[in-house]
Amino acid sequence: MPPASEPGKQQVELTVNGIPATVLVYPMERLLDVLRHELALTGAKEGCGEGECGSCCVLVDGQLVNSCLIPVAQANGASITTIEGLVQEQRLHPLQEAFLTCNGAQCGICTPGMILAAVHLLDKHPQPTLDEIREGLSGNLCRCTGYSQIFEAVQQAAGKSEPK
Amino acid sequence: MTENLIIGAAVPRKEGRDKVTGRARYVDDLTLPGMLHGATVRSKLPRGRIRKIHFDPAIQWDEYVVVTAKDIPGRNCIALILDDQPCLADDVVNHAEEPILLLAHPDRHKLWKTVQAVSIEYDALPAVFSLEESEKQTEIIWGSDNTLKTFLIEKGSLDGIWKRAEHIVEGEYFTGAQEQLYIENNGMVATFDETHGVTVWGSLQCPYYVHKALMAVFALPEERVRVVQMETGGAFGGKEEYPSMIAAHAALLAMKAKRPVKMIYDRMEDLAATTKRHPSRTRHRTAVAADGKILGGEIEIAMDGGAYATLSSVVLSRGTIHAGGPYHWPNVTIRSKAVATNAPPHGAFRGFGAPQTLFAMERHMDRIAQVVGISPVEVRKRNFLKPGMTTTTEQIIRENIDLDCMLDRALALSEYQSKKKLFAQQNASGSHRKGMGIAAFLHGAGFTGSGERYLSSLVGVEALADGTVRVLVSSAEFGQGTNTVLCQIAAETLRLPYEFVTIAQPDTSTVPNSGPTVASRTAMIVGNLVHSAALGLKQTLIGSGVLTESYTPEEFRNACRNHMSKHGELKSYSRYEAPPGIFWDDQKYRGEAYAAFAWAVYIAQVSVDLTSFNVTVDDFVALQEVGKVLHPRLAEGQIAGGVAQAIGFALYEKVVWQDGRMLNNQMTNYLMPTSMDLPPIRVFFEELGNVHGAYGAKGIGELPMDGPAPAIVNAIEDALGVSFRSIPLLPEDIQAGLSEAADSSLAVKQA
Repeated sequence: MPPASEPGKQQVELTVNGIPATVLVYPMERLLDVLRHELALTGAKEGCGEGECGSCCVLVDGQLVNSCLIPVAQANGASITTIEGLVQEQRLHPLQEAFLTCNGAQCGICTPGMILAAVHLLDKHPQPTLDEIREGLSGNLCRCTGYSQIFEAVQQAAGKSEPK
Repeated sequence: MTENLIIGAAVPRKEGRDKVTGRARYVDDLTLPGMLHGATVRSKLPRGRIRKIHFDPAIQWDEYVVVTAKDIPGRNCIALILDDQPCLADDVVNHAEEPILLLAHPDRHKLWKTVQAVSIEYDALPAVFSLEESEKQTEIIWGSDNTLKTFLIEKGSLDGIWKRAEHIVEGEYFTGAQEQLYIENNGMVATFDETHGVTVWGSLQCPYYVHKALMAVFALPEERVRVVQMETGGAFGGKEEYPSMIAAHAALLAMKAKRPVKMIYDRMEDLAATTKRHPSRTRHRTAVAADGKILGGEIEIAMDGGAYATLSSVVLSRGTIHAGGPYHWPNVTIRSKAVATNAPPHGAFRGFGAPQTLFAMERHMDRIAQVVGISPVEVRKRNFLKPGMTTTTEQIIRENIDLDCMLDRALALSEYQSKKKLFAQQNASGSHRKGMGIAAFLHGAGFTGSGERYLSSLVGVEALADGTVRVLVSSAEFGQGTNTVLCQIAAETLRLPYEFVTIAQPDTSTVPNSGPTVASRTAMIVGNLVHSAALGLKQTLIGSGVLTESYTPEEFRNACRNHMSKHGELKSYSRYEAPPGIFWDDQKYRGEAYAAFAWAVYIAQVSVDLTSFNVTVDDFVALQEVGKVLHPRLAEGQIAGGVAQAIGFALYEKVVWQDGRMLNNQMTNYLMPTSMDLPPIRVFFEELGNVHGAYGAKGIGELPMDGPAPAIVNAIEDALGVSFRSIPLLPEDIQAGLSEAADSSLAVKQA
């Protein structure tokens, strides 16, 4: 249990990967730091700290955000999905499976953010064109792959996913 | 001959599941009890003498651990080649961002503010910021003449050659600094205690480089220094030498604090303070016969090494040896030098000097073609190296390489000829100009010359308690696929399922020194050692009578368990031995520079927007011969990623310098290619087979960095009819080039 109060800190209520969590934090702390340090969810990574690289991407109420740009107070009451929340009953999400088979992850540091961006993309466009994939992932930088195998992974996962 | 089952198959990446689920542990994901955060106070001046360090009295300094050069128990240097770079500046600073003082505190937010509360008084010294200033030696900032290293290659003789030449073709070419831009910044966690000495966990390529550097800084024997590689979020050479610095810093703080210390750079610090690709200038003067054949020439290379020698000598070496490209030079003189400037030291970056000199060579080939009046295709075909010919270091080409055939295949794949014709018509009007460009090149695998012999790498393969097998190497995984291909090799050698083989986390307390993870050496050199160590393990089992020549995987496991119950631990090691007949003269820079070369022909199709001067690469064909492709998907990924990085090198990535300091040290203003910026990168392999390396694999990682920039700039010239000699080539440079060309054609008309 977090202590009831500490000067300057506030209680923030989050639902993270379906599980309610209450954290006692400074309201302007970055959501990224709260996830990593308070909740030990280290899947979201810091690459640039200014919203350019997307490696800290998470879903907040279904929207793709750079968690390095969000003060945690702004996420109060929100439902958050991180990379750790995609595995269901030990089974990989189709996108995780596809990244694995297509070699969409090389060094892996951009992968959690990239996969969440792809989840968001397939939510909006279940059968995306290549241009839609390019645009949907353009906020997530990858220095290893040249993106081709990431595009393939998204296409593969889209092919497998049930049409809505 | 038995068929390969696992080599050449697209098995899953060993650590892939951890990476796609977010479970992979990078250094910043590691937290130790009582851990402090560390930060660095850096020089704001490019060159000067430190007069006084002020600590703002408003800060409660007793809360902080403060480390200066005086706290270093051993030598104040980062041991590498010349050991000229201090771990912490003591008396003088030689570049902006040079580390001077270290701070640690439990609260990292407070810590970052406190870095600003340390101010340093200097007596400024005159500084040098460019190759040209350094060459003029008006100010001596390093050694006696600012020269970090020189090389001279002489083949044949240039006597009389200029008279015999039908054409003398000259050119001068420039490449800029480039940031590796791994998405994970440099970082390290360190502990220190009297019994175990120093332990560091970090993001790094070369555990034993860090190990060697820490032994020197702490004056500790090898068993009291331990280096562990965490999952590493990209490296590209940028984590070859710099991790030794940050490891020493974190460990010095940990020693003084008597607590674990984590030091993670943020992006601005990483960009400003750590290494970049060496800026370069290459001059060609080439004697060419009427038919376009090269008779001989002079190549002069200069690289900006920054303030300390670090790896400049080896980067320059590779650049020098690759300067002649995949062509036959009957006579050539190559002079090269790396000089010092007061910028942070430039360092290792994928390609390691070769992208710079190959940019010059491949631009120059197009220039020769123009002067002679033949096509870019023809000029290359007339000069390609063929089996039996010698390279500039007089290495005989023994591989059965056919570059004519590769070029033809690349031309067909890219529809080069038909597109070139079509674009020539289309370019007469409209808002865009299109063009096609070629680059042909080679990349030597492994350390140069006698390098591998000096490294004398050691590799182990051990049986685990459950009878499966584990590979023991210090070779690091940072995306390229080290874990996967080395496990494939061991599994194939032992005829075991891929799942029966794992690889140890690189940890100097448990893995032998298989050398640094650099120079496209892992698959070829280390892979070969894994192969022989695995064979050794099998022979031990057969020799002791617990296994027969033909076995099932289960029989193998039982044999391992059997053997271990009788004899205890079961490990097999293999040490590098140079192949026979290898000759290399380090003084004359002559002989077998590399055990094997990878060969490639790349073709770029570009369009230039005449309104915005934006260049887009519309199609890219990358055809290469890299020996046996161990894993088609990983190989393709390596090539595509390298091409993407090289497109950045050519068109986007510009380090803006002011007085030796990077001004645009943010991802917002140092731009790398996004998913919107890249063409379809079409990757093709030739497999001609090779005598060296595990299952015939050669190096692959660096090759794709060499060719795209010249192919693209050649294509831009094809589109615009204007020659560009310098990269990065930004829209403003294109605009300037076009208006300069318009001015001079106007001047011609008026005259």
